[in-house]
Amino acid sequence: MIDILQPAFMQRALLAALLVGVAAPAIGIYLVQRRQAIMGDGIGHVALTGVALGFLLSTSPVWTAVVVASLGSVAMELIRWYGRTRGDVALAMLFYGGMAGGVLIINLAPGGTTADLLSPLFGSVMTVSPEDVTAIVVLSGLALAVSFGLRRQLFAVCQDEEFARVSGLPVRLLNLLLAVTAAVTVTVAMRVVGLLLVSALMVIPVAAAQQVTRGFATTMGLAVGMGVLVSVSGTATSYYADVPPGATIVLLAIALFAVLSAAAPLLNRARLRARARGEEAPGRKDRAGEREGEGREAAEGVTVVR
Amino acid sequence: MMDEHTTTTQAAARTAAQAAPPVLSLRGVTASLGARPVLRGIDLTVGRGEVVALLGANGSGKSTTVRAAVGQVQTSGGELELFGTPLRRFRDWRRVGYVPQRSTAAAGVPATVREVVASGRLARRRLGPLGRGDRAAVRRALELVGLADRARDSVNALSGGQHQRVLIARALAAEPELLVMDEPLAGVDLLSQRVLAEALREQSAEGVSVLLVLHELGPLAPLIDRTVVLHDGRVERVDGTAHLHDQACHPHAGSSAEPTRTGLLT
Repeated sequence: MIDILQPAFMQRALLAALLVGVAAPAIGIYLVQRRQAIMGDGIGHVALTGVALGFLLSTSPVWTAVVVASLGSVAMELIRWYGRTRGDVALAMLFYGGMAGGVLIINLAPGGTTADLLSPLFGSVMTVSPEDVTAIVVLSGLALAVSFGLRRQLFAVCQDEEFARVSGLPVRLLNLLLAVTAAVTVTVAMRVVGLLLVSALMVIPVAAAQQVTRGFATTMGLAVGMGVLVSVSGTATSYYADVPPGATIVLLAIALFAVLSAAAPLLNRARLRARARGEEAPGRKDRAGEREGEGREAAEGVTVVR
Repeated sequence: MMDEHTTTTQAAARTAAQAAPPVLSLRGVTASLGARPVLRGIDLTVGRGEVVALLGANGSGKSTTVRAAVGQVQTSGGELELFGTPLRRFRDWRRVGYVPQRSTAAAGVPATVREVVASGRLARRRLGPLGRGDRAAVRRALELVGLADRARDSVNALSGGQHQRVLIARALAAEPELLVMDEPLAGVDLLSQRVLAEALREQSAEGVSVLLVLHELGPLAPLIDRTVVLHDGRVERVDGTAHLHDQACHPHAGSSAEPTRTGLLT
């Protein structure tokens, strides 16, 4: 297990995998909470235009991808606010436009072909350069600061937006911040799992964790733990077995989800038994009270409106 | 208005209310949803310590009125003031506790009862972290609605009535001066209705004002100072307490004397 840490490229790959393993589920949990798990995919499609722009302008594709993906996710957020009825079609067009734009622009770049998009689409963690490491550390640090530092506020906004507004929280600002942070996370994860599989790393660890958890904080902790586990072990596996790291990571995450789904009913049964033992007498009284209440409701329900 | 049920606290609160501006006041408020006018000139005042119930048939504008009062429905005319400040300039949202209509759609990630109630504290903390005082307030709010022993449970595991109590605890956690509740009794079993009535009675005794949408008064009847009946976006009738008592089909004395301890806390 030590020889894997010898080559410099593996050190960089494992660092990138570790950071993405933490950041992707930490932001993904808010998208899942808001039932927008698919948003990561959309941002990934739009980011492709950014990558191609980087090729065209001969600058680092990471930074152009960050800018374009952020603009795209802000546009998605604005569509969510204003385009209530036709919102889904507008979003779909943004997804397609991002993908098509990427393919078109990469072919305009000198010497560029569609094949150049394979690495951003499917990930290339083994070729992370020292400059990439700087970008990944800075961007994932930003994503982590937002997702952990503002977790109560983002939780409130994603749980009940109307209540959050009446609480006086800056809901629009928080939503935009979440959108931009999701875009940043997608761009960082692009190197590790690729744009087509980014969303998997944002969503699957969260879905797996909530099979066995009851609270938001525990779900977040467990999801981040599983994100790190699958991204680091997937990267390590690909070093030894010569399989692509992105696909390995995602399949490991799905396997973990399957294991936890199978374990969840057993765990719930154990919890119910513990609960029944813990509060036998008052539990019974409570149920009797509720039954009595239901029976009397019709008799006591009084309407004064005539 | 003054009858034998009026306690000294309420009387004192009323005297104070004459000097201070009303907690909530709507004058000729109009609003439309799309092209359809929903509010056609609502006049409504809630004084300090008053409990006002909004009644009326479905589609009469009850929910729209309370949602307009907390700034969630754009009004097209009239004047709306919270604590003497026009809604447009009102920023002191910690003074308002809002209980939205309970939605059956659960969020995509589980959350514990305590986590949901703690989010009510953000009205005071805004972008800052929660501290020891906040945790104590969350505990008090949970005790008020009789859910202290369910704090670590997932909200998805609760019954409709318990879920409604969580939403009320969330609003109470900010220790508001005005509670605005949209159908707090909808789909709530009688046990939870009594717990809510007791919690409201304690809040109102402390001088908290309440505006709530109801279909029926139920166990809340003894607490209510005034009912405002809406019809087709207008105020049809305002009734004081004495009149209400005539209309109630059962003597409220019995239900209010009954202990509201639920057995959940034992």
